[in-house]
This record gives sequence, C-alpha cells and structure tokens, in this order.
Amino acid sequence: MNILRRNVLKGAGAAGAVSVAVAAGLMKPTFAFAGWNKAGFESKDLGGAMGSIGGSSAAASGDISVKAPDIAENGAVVPVEITSSIAGTDSIAIVGEKNALPLIAVFNFSNGGQGYVSTRIKMGSTSNVIALVKAGGKAYKAHKEVKVTIGGCGG
Amino acid sequence: MAEPMKIRASMSGDTTDVKCLMNHPMETGLRKDAKTGGVVPAHHITNVTASVNGKQVLDAEWGGGISKNPYLAFKVKGAKAGDTVEIKWVDNKGDSNTAEAKIS
Repeated sequence: MNILRRNVLKGAGAAGAVSVAVAAGLMKPTFAFAGWNKAGFESKDLGGAMGSIGGSSAAASGDISVKAPDIAENGAVVPVEITSSIAGTDSIAIVGEKNALPLIAVFNFSNGGQGYVSTRIKMGSTSNVIALVKAGGKAYKAHKEVKVTIGGCGG
Repeated sequence: MAEPMKIRASMSGDTTDVKCLMNHPMETGLRKDAKTGGVVPAHHITNVTASVNGKQVLDAEWGGGISKNPYLAFKVKGAKAGDTVEIKWVDNKGDSNTAEAKIS
C-alpha cells in the first residue's frame, strides 16, 4: 500500500515538472516577432544580464549620455533618456544594476533610427542605470546613479 | 482588449521625433497582491517595433522593468512630413496593438 502511494506521488511529481516545462516552452512561439532574449530578461544577476546582451567586456564611453533624475521619489516610474553619439550605433540596452531582473530593455535601430531613446523604467533600489551601446560590433557603456526613495519592484 | 495608444511624430530639423504612450499593466511577475498574498503573474510587453512608410526603424525587446503604461520616444533620420509612422507591440500573453500617425 505504502509503495503504491509512493509511486503515485512520484508519477504526479514527474508529470507536474513536464507540464511546467511545456508551459515555459510555449511562451515563446506565441508572437511572431524577431525574438525575445528570454535568458537575459529572466536573469537575476547583473553578470548574467550583461553577458546575455554581449556587454560583459564593454568599454566605458564618454560619448553616451544617460539622463535620469538624481533622486527618484517613486521607483516605479523613473524617466530615463539615453543618447549615443557613437557613429553607427546599432542598439541601446538599459540595465538596472540592482533590480531583481536587471535587464530592462534592448532597442535595435535600423533604416535611419537614431541612437536615442527615452522611456520610463522601474527601479527596485538606489543603484546605477547602465546604458549598453553597440556600434560596429563593439560594446560601450555608461551609467548614472539614481537614488530611489520608494522601490518600484515588488514591495 | 488592448486600449488605444497615442503617437505623436514631428519634424525637428532633419530628424523626426516620435513619441508614443501605450496602455499596459506591465506586471513583472514579482509583485505580490496585497489582498491575496499571491504573486501577480507576469504580464508585460515583450516586443515593440516601429516603422516609417513600412521600413522598420526600431525593434525593441522589453522586460517587466519598463514602467506601467509605457512611454517611448525615439528619433529617425531620413523621414519627412506626411510619412506614416507605425508602432506595434506584443505582450507575453500574445495580445498586440498597432497604431499609426502621420509625421507633422
């Protein structure tokens, strides 16, 4: 009796794991866009997030301007403006250094799209907003510290 | 399902400034519901594309770190007044929305 019960439990556990895996696998093909950097966006540490967008060895650059408030009262809405004056900027990524999920967004430009983006992001706590710029196959970065008085992630 | 989004595109010298406001809850999947104590499932925009006269100028991937009801502004060179800007987004549940505006 006990052995049977154990087997049933084991079987149920395995089936559960499979269905979770299927659900996770099915998330991706539901949209017909170029793709989504699932590993990067779900990465919980800064190194993993930067690595997933090819920014592990990015060089600091003074040609990138990161505009954000010095102090953000509400971490749920932090306006950020990034301008890259590096010629041939292909993409700009925004990373929140201490966010639970550091990778926030990646913008790829083409056909005259300029190296500029302005948006509003969430920040969990006081930390740097990192801008990673890719131009001509090279990676550059710049950052700006934002003090957050009320966190915008979870809470 | 999805509420309309607002786009404004205007010329400033030889560059077009495009500003866009979208309506989306942008749930990270980490926030807890104060009443039930359960985690609110992730529901956020994953991909945004923008095109001018059908040519893609911006292709963005987003996580839940973008604020609720997202604001997005970008700049394009080579477009002129009267051209059509189209912006489209898709979220992790497969919902999507498209809007277009003429450059003024």
